[in-house]
Amino acid sequence: MHNEHIEEHFGNRNVVEMNSDYYMVAIEDYPKDGWEKFKRVVRRAFRGELFVGLWVVMREMIRFDIHTVQYPMEKMPIGPRYRAVHEMKRLWESDTERCIGCGLCEKICISNCIRIDTKIDENSRKEVSEYSINLGRCIFCGYCAEVCPELAITHGGEYENASDQREHFLTFQDMLTPLDTMKAGTQREFEGFGAITPHEDERVKKTPLAY
Amino acid sequence: MEMAYFIETIIKIVVILLIFSALAGIGTYFERKVLAFMQRRLGPVNVGPFGLLQVAADGIKLFTKEDIVPTNVVGRIFKIAPVITAATAFMAAAAIPFLPSFTLFGYEVHPIVADINIGILYILGIMGVGLYGPLLGGMASANKFSLLSAARGAAVFISYEVITGLSILAPIMMVGSLSLIDFNEYQSGGITSWIVWSQPVAFILFWIAAFAETGRTPFHLIANDHEIIDGFGTEYSGMRWGLFFIGEYANMFFISFVISILFLGGYGDGSFLGALGLLGKVAFFFFFFLWTRAAWPDVRPDQLMWLCWKVLMPIAVINIVITGIVMM
Repeated sequence: MHNEHIEEHFGNRNVVEMNSDYYMVAIEDYPKDGWEKFKRVVRRAFRGELFVGLWVVMREMIRFDIHTVQYPMEKMPIGPRYRAVHEMKRLWESDTERCIGCGLCEKICISNCIRIDTKIDENSRKEVSEYSINLGRCIFCGYCAEVCPELAITHGGEYENASDQREHFLTFQDMLTPLDTMKAGTQREFEGFGAITPHEDERVKKTPLAY
Repeated sequence: MEMAYFIETIIKIVVILLIFSALAGIGTYFERKVLAFMQRRLGPVNVGPFGLLQVAADGIKLFTKEDIVPTNVVGRIFKIAPVITAATAFMAAAAIPFLPSFTLFGYEVHPIVADINIGILYILGIMGVGLYGPLLGGMASANKFSLLSAARGAAVFISYEVITGLSILAPIMMVGSLSLIDFNEYQSGGITSWIVWSQPVAFILFWIAAFAETGRTPFHLIANDHEIIDGFGTEYSGMRWGLFFIGEYANMFFISFVISILFLGGYGDGSFLGALGLLGKVAFFFFFFLWTRAAWPDVRPDQLMWLCWKVLMPIAVINIVITGIVMM
């Protein structure tokens, strides 16, 4: 429906045809001599356009339809794909970290703001030992979220990341979804790059594990 | 008697200074609010109830800001220029009757500092001197853009002095006096005796010229906001800039008083209702300054000069001639 309208709009570009969407704007001829100039001045002076402008602003004042968002108290909703400060997601099945320490995000990061270090833990599994993102360097391009094979690092909606210095680091634990959130089942999936199917989280079954 | 008159005058001057300095601040509050509402914004809301204390916050900021005198400026002139603007604005107020005379504790008070018989001439003259504030400020600033703005401001001021003078010449011929109190008494017979009915052209011309004299938006070429810099005030900071600001807003209030008294009957018969009427008219004219700022675009300098010399001045002269013929 929507696409049809767009196609129709862009398909009909013939300016000359009478039935096209395009039409010539009516511009009055420029005055050729002094008398015509004078007539234009008189016409413009007495046409009352100044009062139209006055009425428009007065109408808006009376209507009092204020559009201000009082920012710290009120916030605009942002899109689900908004690329703000990163988050580290957990698995729905077992509540463990999704990150497998592959290091692709560090490799692809074009502003070199991600540093990752891994080690082999006591169970002989690869474990992330150090992980940091320098938000002062990050340009929020989204490559790290796009390249992540496990949908572990994603962007979140937290855009209030002003800091008192340029180097403003986030560590793995800062970004990781808290366990409380997982237990409440309220981890929000990122809908941007390579996201899983919508409502996939409702279909997965929990692994029977006791913490 | 002499001493009593002296003390009374001093008190009046102090009261006028205090009231109109405060009004200049409150005027900025109203300007922000009115402009905001007309543009579907909220304006100042955070400081105090409805943002009313924003005025105080601005005052504290202006007073405590560092007073910067840039290098290469002509120091003395640079420092005195804002004082000229503010001082001339308040000096012009000396000949304006703000309210009808009233009795306070058995003592009759005339709310006019000096009822001189050349009131209008004095007010126009002092407002003309007010030109030296922007002009000297811009010339002394060692800044090309300040200088340009000052030159433009001087051109506008001097051109529109002509309109102001010529347009009120016709009412002066009718009243036969230059005192604003005589003007008021000439129109004290109610709405039908207002000069605006017999001199509508002069009224419109004077009103238009008032915008140029105060440098308000359709003719806002003096401190040209849409050039991002602040015209002649570019190099000023802190309270020196604040004095320019107070001068501009005080001028707006005073010119509103002058228009109301000259053309719209002033305080009428001097009753309490008449006094309220005068304040109402002044409030309307002040509001109109803000209203046009929200609604109208600025005109170009050449359009402004064209309007002044090719349109308004001939109309003013024709108006005087016709008035003279009718009076004969």
